[in-house]
Amino acid sequence: MNPPSALIAEDEPLLADALRQELQRAWPELTIAATVGDGASAVRQALALQPQVLFLDIRMPGMSGLEAAAELMEVWPVAPGSPAFPALVFVTAYDQYAVQAFDAQAVDYLLKPVQADRLARTVKKLRLALENNAQHAPQTVASGTTETAALEATLAQLRGLLGGAGGPPQTPASTLTHIQASVGNTIHMLPVTEVVYFEAADKYMRVLTAQREYLIRTPLRELLPQLDARTFWQIHRSTVVNTAFIDCVTRDETGKLWLQLRGRPERLVVSRLFAYLFKAM
Amino acid sequence: MKEIDMTARYPNHQITTRPVGAFHVRPGAFHRKSLPLVRGPRHNPETMNQSPNLRRVLLAVVFNTAIALGITTFGENGLVVNLVYSQCIGLCIWGLIDFGQYLFIANFQTQKQRLFWLVPLGAALGYLVGTTVAGALLSHSVYGYWMDQPSKALGFFLVSLSAGGVITYFFLSREQLAHAREEMARTQAQAEAAQRQAAESQLKLLQSQLEPHMLFNTLANMRALISHNPEQAQQMLDHLVAYLRATLGSSRTTLQPLQTEFARLRDYLELMAIRMGKRLNFTLDLPPELADVAVPALLLQPLVENAIRHGLEPKVEGGTITVQAHLDQHLLVLDVKDTGVGLPPEGSTPGFGLAQVRERLSTLYGPQGTIEFIADDAYHTWARVIFPVKQP
Repeated sequence: MNPPSALIAEDEPLLADALRQELQRAWPELTIAATVGDGASAVRQALALQPQVLFLDIRMPGMSGLEAAAELMEVWPVAPGSPAFPALVFVTAYDQYAVQAFDAQAVDYLLKPVQADRLARTVKKLRLALENNAQHAPQTVASGTTETAALEATLAQLRGLLGGAGGPPQTPASTLTHIQASVGNTIHMLPVTEVVYFEAADKYMRVLTAQREYLIRTPLRELLPQLDARTFWQIHRSTVVNTAFIDCVTRDETGKLWLQLRGRPERLVVSRLFAYLFKAM
Repeated sequence: MKEIDMTARYPNHQITTRPVGAFHVRPGAFHRKSLPLVRGPRHNPETMNQSPNLRRVLLAVVFNTAIALGITTFGENGLVVNLVYSQCIGLCIWGLIDFGQYLFIANFQTQKQRLFWLVPLGAALGYLVGTTVAGALLSHSVYGYWMDQPSKALGFFLVSLSAGGVITYFFLSREQLAHAREEMARTQAQAEAAQRQAAESQLKLLQSQLEPHMLFNTLANMRALISHNPEQAQQMLDHLVAYLRATLGSSRTTLQPLQTEFARLRDYLELMAIRMGKRLNFTLDLPPELADVAVPALLLQPLVENAIRHGLEPKVEGGTITVQAHLDQHLLVLDVKDTGVGLPPEGSTPGFGLAQVRERLSTLYGPQGTIEFIADDAYHTWARVIFPVKQP
């Protein structure tokens, strides 16, 4: 087996250096493939370098560590023979809620300042996980698109960390019955039951019915809790679909799930984060 | 009072006790008029007008009876005679004082001096009417008693009057005391509420400045520096100490020289510069002639912190913060500019730090203290604070 490699994403240069040094001491055979200072670079470099471990600072400019992890999961290759998804370790100075969520232990976390003995524990855990991965790798490849239980757990935890999206349904403030969408000088009262899907686009939300498209300003984050969680499923960072209009779900050769809709010609991609929603009974 | 009881032929003593009955009542009466909002069922208007009145009458009757018994034991006459005199005089005095009070003292606090004529008048009139009524009931000649032993009758009359006064005074001061206590409790409650509010606001401010994320990241940087650059670690610690001392210790009501204000900003920016590395550049531009101008302590701090937190920290490539001061006639103009990601979209609520700057400006300078945001291509956020220079 090749020596394991890691990627460090940390926007404060001194802290990135310090983590690199501490890691050298705690895990001499680990090579640091790269150090980056923001979330988008972390995704890019992780794809390019395919390290076994990712150390992700949570608060970074642009894209947070959590968002970077979710994004990476979308784009990580799943074709047979492709490398396993890296083990994730989040690093944070103080995020009390996140730390609570981390205690579920599917992914590990480190608190800044990082202390040697705590890092040693993380390293031990990572080594164990990598060994397991190596043993199970052939099986994973054979089953092709099946994700390991560990990755499934990581996905579930990321969903929780990213603000409960797709997690347990939050108690809605009040359920919307109509979407008020303005077109010119008119405000259309659009029953939500007619909406096929919502899609976030830059500054607007696109609201698509079988006949036409409306634009509203309410961000997805605010809209989602007001929708009936049994009918409206988030299937992607930027997409919420009305299940009544889903015709069928197909998996392509790369393992991606696609939704075929009733009343709309386009197909919608389901992100891996939300693929768990679609399983044959 | 006892001496009176023992010697009195007529139970004049009631005069002394009557006010007791009357003034027991008083607590309720005062409160109803002067303290409409105080707590407790005692001050409920209904209970005041109904049951206390009955209670007062009963109290008066009980007192009168007790005195009649006392006189019978130690003095002359039979119980029936003493009882009739006692009740007549006592109830008359009680009724006069109580009714007089109701008529003449609407507001106890401002009209209490009326008691000085009301009580003696009530006592005297009640005594006279009471003896007359009792005399008529028992076919005694009141006139005859006054003729037979004028000095004794007058003595009792006067002693009764003064005793009435003393007892009135006693209950009055007790009332005053209770009133003062309530007043004090109320002021105290108000002061506590104000204090709590101030403490909450202070806590909120501290929380926004001593944000755990900032502190722990700074400490983590320091920990990293200790091993390979102890000198820089020391400098960073010095800046942190100065920043903490200013944030924790400064009273926000005081003024300080502008150069001190700039020095505190430098502490914070130096800390952030070590953390953010080359992502942060900053310029502090203070003309020497403005160094000693007095400014509210830490006024600009929230603006600079906002520039970092909301302007530069979210921006991948970082940017520059510029803080400048200049004089425009008698107005001091302070600018905080950054090249960060820009203001949040309109409609979002301004943060606590900004609200606090606004509030302090308007408290200290009224309409002359302003904060505005200037649109500019080079700087994405440009906050300008203007207020008159305070002449020392």
